[in-house]
Amino acid sequence: MKLALHGLAARHPAAAGGSAPALRPVRLSVEPGEQLAVVGPSGAGKTTLLHALACALQPAAGRLELDGADPWTLPVSGLQKLRGRLFLAPQAPPLAPRQRVVTAVLAARLPRQTLLASLRSLVYPLNAEAARDALARFDLADKLWDRVDRLSGGERQRVGLARVLVSAASLWLIDEPLSSLDPSRAAMAIDALTRAARERGATLITTLHQVDVATRFPRVLGMRDGEVRFDLPAAEVSAERLAALYAEHS
Amino acid sequence: MSRPSHAAAWGFLAALTVASFWTLDLQWAKFLSADAARRMGRFLLELLAPTAEPGFLRKLAVASAETLAMSALGTLLAVLAGLAFAVPAARTHAGDRALWRWPTRLVLNALRSIPELVWAALLIIAAGLGPFAGTLALAFHTTGVLGRLFAEAIENAPLGPAFALRAQGAGAAKVFFYATLPQILPQLMSYALYRWENNIRAAAVLGVVGGGGLGQLLSFHMGLFHMRETSSILIAMLLLVALVDVASYFARRILQR
Amino acid sequence: MSAAAPPALRDPAWTGRVFWSLAALALLAPALVATEFKPWLLVEPGALKATGRFVGDFLPPKFEPGFLWLVAQECWRTVAIATAGMALALVLAIPMALIANSVLSVSALPGRMHALPFAVRQGVRALLIVLRSVPELVWALVFVRVVGLGPTAGVLAIALTYSGMLGKVYCEILESDDRAATHALLRNGAGRLQAFFYGMLPQSASELTSYTVYRWECAIRSSAVLGFVGAGGLGQQMDNSMKMFNGSEVATMLLVFMLLVGLADGASAWLRRRIG
Repeated sequence: MKLALHGLAARHPAAAGGSAPALRPVRLSVEPGEQLAVVGPSGAGKTTLLHALACALQPAAGRLELDGADPWTLPVSGLQKLRGRLFLAPQAPPLAPRQRVVTAVLAARLPRQTLLASLRSLVYPLNAEAARDALARFDLADKLWDRVDRLSGGERQRVGLARVLVSAASLWLIDEPLSSLDPSRAAMAIDALTRAARERGATLITTLHQVDVATRFPRVLGMRDGEVRFDLPAAEVSAERLAALYAEHS
Repeated sequence: MSRPSHAAAWGFLAALTVASFWTLDLQWAKFLSADAARRMGRFLLELLAPTAEPGFLRKLAVASAETLAMSALGTLLAVLAGLAFAVPAARTHAGDRALWRWPTRLVLNALRSIPELVWAALLIIAAGLGPFAGTLALAFHTTGVLGRLFAEAIENAPLGPAFALRAQGAGAAKVFFYATLPQILPQLMSYALYRWENNIRAAAVLGVVGGGGLGQLLSFHMGLFHMRETSSILIAMLLLVALVDVASYFARRILQR
Repeated sequence: MSAAAPPALRDPAWTGRVFWSLAALALLAPALVATEFKPWLLVEPGALKATGRFVGDFLPPKFEPGFLWLVAQECWRTVAIATAGMALALVLAIPMALIANSVLSVSALPGRMHALPFAVRQGVRALLIVLRSVPELVWALVFVRVVGLGPTAGVLAIALTYSGMLGKVYCEILESDDRAATHALLRNGAGRLQAFFYGMLPQSASELTSYTVYRWECAIRSSAVLGFVGAGGLGQQMDNSMKMFNGSEVATMLLVFMLLVGLADGASAWLRRRIG
């Protein structure tokens, strides 16, 4: 999916009307199939940016364009269809505790299933193979039939990531995918994500605290205090820039 | 707590109590007389002598099964109807306009306010005497109770899973079945089991107004002063209530696993 | 997919689900038979006509002043029966709770309770269970036979059932609150009643009164229901009107009953804020 932001600003959903926006006006343009890492200290507005891109937040100012169309000018049905083409993976894996992993993963297919098919899938999972193959990429195929609350935190996070692979989205927005994973699992997870995105030609935007992983992405966005401080190919992201980004006082 | 409001409350209660005893035509003389005491005594003694006559025990077993079935089926119907009402009665997320919330809550309140016995008396007109009216009466009242509890459970469910599915463009129904219901199901079952414990007690007495089961048997035999049969029926009632309490306790233990 | 695709996956929970579903259906069938569950009877022409006529009578409800005055009187009577019943229930419940709770056990102070006090306490608890378990309607039926129709039967039925409920919960509240103060008093030779008033009552008072007021509200609803077996009040009037298929009177009384329940709810909340 092709993305363009023209001076897009957004507020936290719970913020008071007149307060400063969590995301100051941003200009950004992303080509289809690009892979982008967003870094920056806590409170920089990374999550707000992802939520704004996912059409989960109405912009306070400016315009968003997804594949050339402003989603907020579309009729409700058009917006819903557009949402079906993107996928937002929040930082805390959005899994119902007593649900089984297979159902949780297959829920990513809901947008393109009829209501009847989705209800049948609750009774007997349709297309469990797709779920298993997605989980296998994250080394979790054996947990297919387990309950989500029987998994560890890291396993749950990987299940949340496996859901992306099952959806038919062409825009992947992933918030802190590696926070509960140890270094080797983290490497495997980010590798699986980027490889799958490349195979599908999906646009991948992920926020990361792990700067070393981020600098392996072709393009890196540095954010601080709601603004984009830099938008550069990884090679040009120097240690000084990163230090300035994460400095205690700007 | 301020003195005047404390005193106002106690004063109200005291005045209410005194006024109650004053205005009621309580037949103290009748009740406290030696004759009444003797009759009570004989009554209670006769109640302690149940009968174990096989023919009657068979009728008792049938009536007990009828009462148990009434309570279980009534509760089950109320779970389904309660859930159907709870969905429109709940505001599922901040942006949900929930247009049907107030009308649905009004209906649920009306269903709840009317006690089971009154429902039974009303429904006998439509359904005739017998356990069918009793089952419907339990279903109607319990729908009001469970509908409200279920709606609160829906509103208090954690938002994460539902938010993620809505962000993907999944419709409200799919979000409900994949994100909301899985999270609240244990709570719903717990509420339903608690209501079953209440409903077995209610079902036992609905027969008194014609709602079938043990109540109808009790009303019949007590009217004819068959004390031994009455005693057996009361014991059957107590056993049935204890049975359901135990079953409900174990069912809730299993659900927690 | 690769040429040698693995076989479709089997859901391991499927067999279990099918089994339990069939078991549930196997229980449902006899339940439907036992309760004579025939929903089609509701829409049979005869039933529909009777229902239609009855419900049709609901509008307009009978608002004629003479009748409304009668209903108001019955309302008061319902509240009075509930209040008087609760008052008597307290007279029974308080002593039972004082006896049955283990906090005031002198023999248990140094170690285990002695056999006799334990037996007495268990006996009183058993009595409370029996009082609670017998439905109040059954008590009402018994008392109607002994003292005749009228409010006395209702008052006594509520008194007995609610004494069991109040007694049990009072016991639980007293036993779950902190015992240190009470035990200190007992150890220093205070009498049990003294220990109760100075040690237990101050900390448990608000919880006890709160629960009592809540039960009073329930008693009002019970009292209305007991009227159906002749214990007086709104229930008895409703029963009379229903037996005569007088829909408009029943409609008025249902409305008044719902108002009464709402009022009692409000009064209960007000009282609990002040003294709870």
